[in-house]
Amino acid sequence: MPYKILKKKQLGKSGTLFEIDIHAPLIAKKANAGNFILVRINEKGERFPLTIANYNRQKGTITLVVQIVGKSTLLLSHQEKGDDILDVVGPLGNKIHIKKYENPIVIIGGGVGIAPCYPQAKELKEAGNTIISILGARTKDLVFWQDKMTAVSDKLIITTNDGSEGMKGFVTNPLKKLLSEEKISLVIAIGPMIMMKNVALMTSGIEGLPRVKTLVSLNTIMVDGTGMCGGCRFPSKDGEIHFACVEGPDVDGHMVDFDILLNREKRFTEFEKKSFDLYKQECRVLKGIEKN
Amino acid sequence: MAKIPPRQKMPEQDPNIRIDNFEEVALGFTEEMAKKEAERCLQCDEPKCVNGCPVNIDIPKFIKLIKENDYLEAIRSIKEYNILPAICGRVCPQEIQCEKACILSKKWEPVAIGALERFLADWELKNQLKECPDCQAPNNIKVAVIGSGPAGLTCAADLAKYGFEVTIFEAFHTGGGVLVYGIPEFRLPKDIVENEIDTLKMLGVKTEYNMIIGKILTINDLKNMGFMAIFIGVGAGVPLIPKILGLNLNGVLTANEFLTRTNLMKAYKFPEYDTPIKIGEIVIVIGGGNTALDSARVALRLGAEKVIIAYRRSEAEMPARKEEYHHAVEEGIEFKFLTNPVKILGDKDSNVKEIDFIKMELGEYDESGRRRPIPIENSEFKIKCDTLILAIGTLANPILIKSLPEIKLNKRGYIQLDENGMTNIEDIFAGGDIVSGSATVISAMGAGRKAAKAINRYIKSKIH
Repeated sequence: MPYKILKKKQLGKSGTLFEIDIHAPLIAKKANAGNFILVRINEKGERFPLTIANYNRQKGTITLVVQIVGKSTLLLSHQEKGDDILDVVGPLGNKIHIKKYENPIVIIGGGVGIAPCYPQAKELKEAGNTIISILGARTKDLVFWQDKMTAVSDKLIITTNDGSEGMKGFVTNPLKKLLSEEKISLVIAIGPMIMMKNVALMTSGIEGLPRVKTLVSLNTIMVDGTGMCGGCRFPSKDGEIHFACVEGPDVDGHMVDFDILLNREKRFTEFEKKSFDLYKQECRVLKGIEKN
Repeated sequence: MAKIPPRQKMPEQDPNIRIDNFEEVALGFTEEMAKKEAERCLQCDEPKCVNGCPVNIDIPKFIKLIKENDYLEAIRSIKEYNILPAICGRVCPQEIQCEKACILSKKWEPVAIGALERFLADWELKNQLKECPDCQAPNNIKVAVIGSGPAGLTCAADLAKYGFEVTIFEAFHTGGGVLVYGIPEFRLPKDIVENEIDTLKMLGVKTEYNMIIGKILTINDLKNMGFMAIFIGVGAGVPLIPKILGLNLNGVLTANEFLTRTNLMKAYKFPEYDTPIKIGEIVIVIGGGNTALDSARVALRLGAEKVIIAYRRSEAEMPARKEEYHHAVEEGIEFKFLTNPVKILGDKDSNVKEIDFIKMELGEYDESGRRRPIPIENSEFKIKCDTLILAIGTLANPILIKSLPEIKLNKRGYIQLDENGMTNIEDIFAGGDIVSGSATVISAMGAGRKAAKAINRYIKSKIH
């Protein structure tokens, strides 16, 4: 069964962010906020996880948001409308628990992590919650889906590291203010590991701030996504081993030992770089041939 | 009694050459060797070998046909019992099954039954004589098979022969289950597996890949799609991880991850293939089963300078096939028996650096019928390494079971069957490792066959 790309568009002006709609009716039918898929683009490709950023059960599509960080994501960005993706497997992982909380929910999306915040914010909003969203990125060209997130948020805050849009600095700045000013029932953080680590630390009851339940989304390196390889495993602070693919991707941020996980995610760096460089070189050669 | 000539020895790739490639180690009998070996069979009136085979292949019959030069009839005869002879001829532990039962083994070496089975399967493939096995007329009744490992493939084939309309749902992008993600190319080439799956396609079996049942479709969805019975053969692939310090250091990985990356995702061809695998100079594998041996031999082929297998029991208790143990020794794998890891130590960058081991001795017999290994006090010692692979066993695959909270499991977490081979849920059958726990390819095939028989009986009794 082919998984056809029905729509593809660039997000922001960086040239590194894309939104892709894929025809996958069975997955769309079962997808919920929190689920992810595994993609293999071609016969020689690797299997890598991407969170489902949106789904349309009627049209039978799922939406992925991809940032170019290595070969596989660059290769995916080179696929165009009408192209087929070889393998799409899912929906994997657990959907988030939707209920009405007493106090507002703070949803924090960092970088490409903004995308998976959308279905969570949407479903939690529909359940009657007050949603305060914080979107963070390095610079304004990497901020996207402001409109979509505005539509499902009661309040939207944007931060950029360089101050080119919204508040200057990290997502933890407005979070700190919110935690000290009002009662928050739940914090959801999706983004770079280091951001999730810092958010979880801030909500753990430090500096006189209240301890607030915090969910983080672990999109770790994995192969099968069904609990068999153990590549995605992470330790909790009590030393127990957990598998992100079947226990997550959304897990209690206060139990994750982020330092170990940050180190584990580096274990293929040299290979990822080699693969990326070779592919970029290949692309340059192909471009050169096209020009001549 | 006539003098029995010596058993034919299967030619193999030279150990010094094969440690640098992923090509098959055992090369198969030539026709001449097969004939000579077939002559060794005594054609017993009451053959013990047949009972030694989990699917009861009529072994004397196919060997007799080899003697008579009728290879086509011989392979047909095997396929009446076993739809995957090219696989079984390669990976079945014949030495503890049919060949162990062979009457010759009392005084001489047993007939090389596995090698003869493989010879016929390879002969059929080489001469492109594959034919569709005989089937009963289609009955237009749909049956679903979940998982395409040895249990699922056998069950699907038998069901198709009974006339059912069979669809296999497989989680990965290709069929074969553990045969493709677990067993390395040099022991079971993947095109052999593909070819055996083609036989199923000839039988009209449909395959749906990338389908994780319990996620994309539930068992109830399958029932609503008109499947009258469902066979669960999802296997036991969840790695057991020992509770020791240092597990989270980089360079520590499960055999499942190591083998899946290499075998299924072809990481040994990186960067041509995108999936990477990192291998250290010194690799230690923990475990004593076929998975441990496969991991060690893969590590060697990926370029490790030294590979050590540490096993907590002694050589005699190793569950791995003797033949593969022998191959591993030939290839220079070092074995440390009665040795158990206590702690994994890392360097300043959190990479594995060294393992703390303790020596063991054998104590009383345990529930597995083997003597229990007990640590010897003050016998700790260290071995340096930069990759540690854990191959100490597996548990039931969780996703499908989790999606069926009402399914009855035994105390070890595997699916419980009734005397008819059915689970406690109506229309749902199961077999293979998800019922027995981690076992062999052929026992999973035997379970698949039994389930197909049970499903056939069940559906026929239901519609009459």
